[in-house]
Amino acid sequence: MAVTEAYIKVQNVRFSRGGRMIYDDVSLTIPKGKITAVMGPSGTGKTTLLRLIAAQLTPDSGTILVDGQNVHALSRSALYKVRKKMGMLFQSGALFSDMSVAENIAFPMEEHTKLTRDEIATIVSSKLHSVGLRGAASLMPSELSGGMARRVALARAIALDPELVMYDEPFTGQDPISKGVLVKLIRQLNDDANITSVLVSHDVEESLSIADHVCILSGGTVIAEGSAAEIQASSDPQVVQFLKGEPDGPVPFHYPEDKHSEEAVI
Amino acid sequence: MKSISLLGAALLDWFEAVGRAGIFLAQSIFRVPVRFNEAVRLLVQQLYSVGVLSLVIVVVSGAFIGMVLALQGYSILAKFGSEEAVGQLLALSLLRELAPVVTALLFAGRAGSSLTAEIGLMKATEQLSSFEMMGVDPLRRVIAPRFIAGVICLPLLSLIFSATGIMGGYVVSVNWLGVHDGAFWSQMQQSVYFDTDIINGFIKALCFSVAVTWIAVYQGYECVPTSEGIGKATTRTVVLGSLAILALDFVLTAAMFGDF
Repeated sequence: MAVTEAYIKVQNVRFSRGGRMIYDDVSLTIPKGKITAVMGPSGTGKTTLLRLIAAQLTPDSGTILVDGQNVHALSRSALYKVRKKMGMLFQSGALFSDMSVAENIAFPMEEHTKLTRDEIATIVSSKLHSVGLRGAASLMPSELSGGMARRVALARAIALDPELVMYDEPFTGQDPISKGVLVKLIRQLNDDANITSVLVSHDVEESLSIADHVCILSGGTVIAEGSAAEIQASSDPQVVQFLKGEPDGPVPFHYPEDKHSEEAVI
Repeated sequence: MKSISLLGAALLDWFEAVGRAGIFLAQSIFRVPVRFNEAVRLLVQQLYSVGVLSLVIVVVSGAFIGMVLALQGYSILAKFGSEEAVGQLLALSLLRELAPVVTALLFAGRAGSSLTAEIGLMKATEQLSSFEMMGVDPLRRVIAPRFIAGVICLPLLSLIFSATGIMGGYVVSVNWLGVHDGAFWSQMQQSVYFDTDIINGFIKALCFSVAVTWIAVYQGYECVPTSEGIGKATTRTVVLGSLAILALDFVLTAAMFGDF
């Protein structure tokens, strides 16, 4: 892959929760204007990485630079300003249940811009058109299917034309058609608006089909990083096990037990 | 030794939780929404949800408690030939004690549990995280309007409870038991004072409203975002809210009406 400017730099991050080490000295870079897929088995802290980048969580040590700014050293108001440049597609969609589809998409614009109602309505219509849901503007979130809710959430995530969009497990629980639509949308949005995209997923096929850059996390560290082709050609046993979905291999099936519980079982 | 250290740890945890809840309350109050129109809209929405929707239970309970109080009071007062004093008994019992306490207990059960469950569910479905990611402070967007609405509504509901209680008592004692209409109202007028009875009752209700709404929004915001966690938080709101009301009632009654 050609050398590109880094939009996010994760440097020597350590993070633990509930006495369990999630990240042990993790460093990785997210290139600007590209789609980066962060993959790995369940429980490796992929969603945690997104929350660390968005400064919703704070690392025990290490720094995370987003567009050159250490997000964990910012004041609350400065952090909120940085977050206006970020969009996030949550795993659950996280649509506001008391607002209609159109109101959900209009909300970030109403909060952060001085656009008139008519201007906001036009943008909402265009964002909904880009995700193929222009006809669903007046529906409430409870009236949407899972795939539709994910697409509305995507339209809301890009409402302020962010520089960075983070996708948390966008393909989970989606039927093959919805998956295909989402893959196409993510690629199209990234290319049209030159957005930096971070895609957290364990759906190997879909992620590798659109990713420019791939990081695989396991056991609290980055076990592989490179282009989709490089990752697919990797001979690392952990990478091979993950990509082929093999039950036996270096990635353990069992959750680690502590010494006391081992003794109790014996 | 071990039990002392466990007790110490529990006390430290308790103080930490109270401190966290205090900071949370201060942040919620001082971070009102930036746009005035939006702030008003959110407040009106919550006044409806927390206040107007609690009206039915408050009005019905107030009327029945007033009727029961009139029946019980009449049967005792009649033994001394002073059944006209039932109006006085009704008004003082309701304004000083029953209206603030019972309304607050009903409020904790209806509106408090609803606030906790709603905020907890917003947390579980990542709506609160979503606000944060959009650069919108959930404390000012979600918590502040709910807290302010709760503090406004409960004292007003308490006054409505007193009014319907007195009306219920009037129907039973005057229309049913035959107490003289004029005696009923004049006894009440003579013995109820605005500053000591009505204002003190209102202050009680105001204190309860702060305690109950604070507990409700804090439990929702801090709950474990699972169905079990939301259930436990909702239960805690009702239990802690009710205990806080009863404990505060004792302290306030002693301060307001205690003859030391």
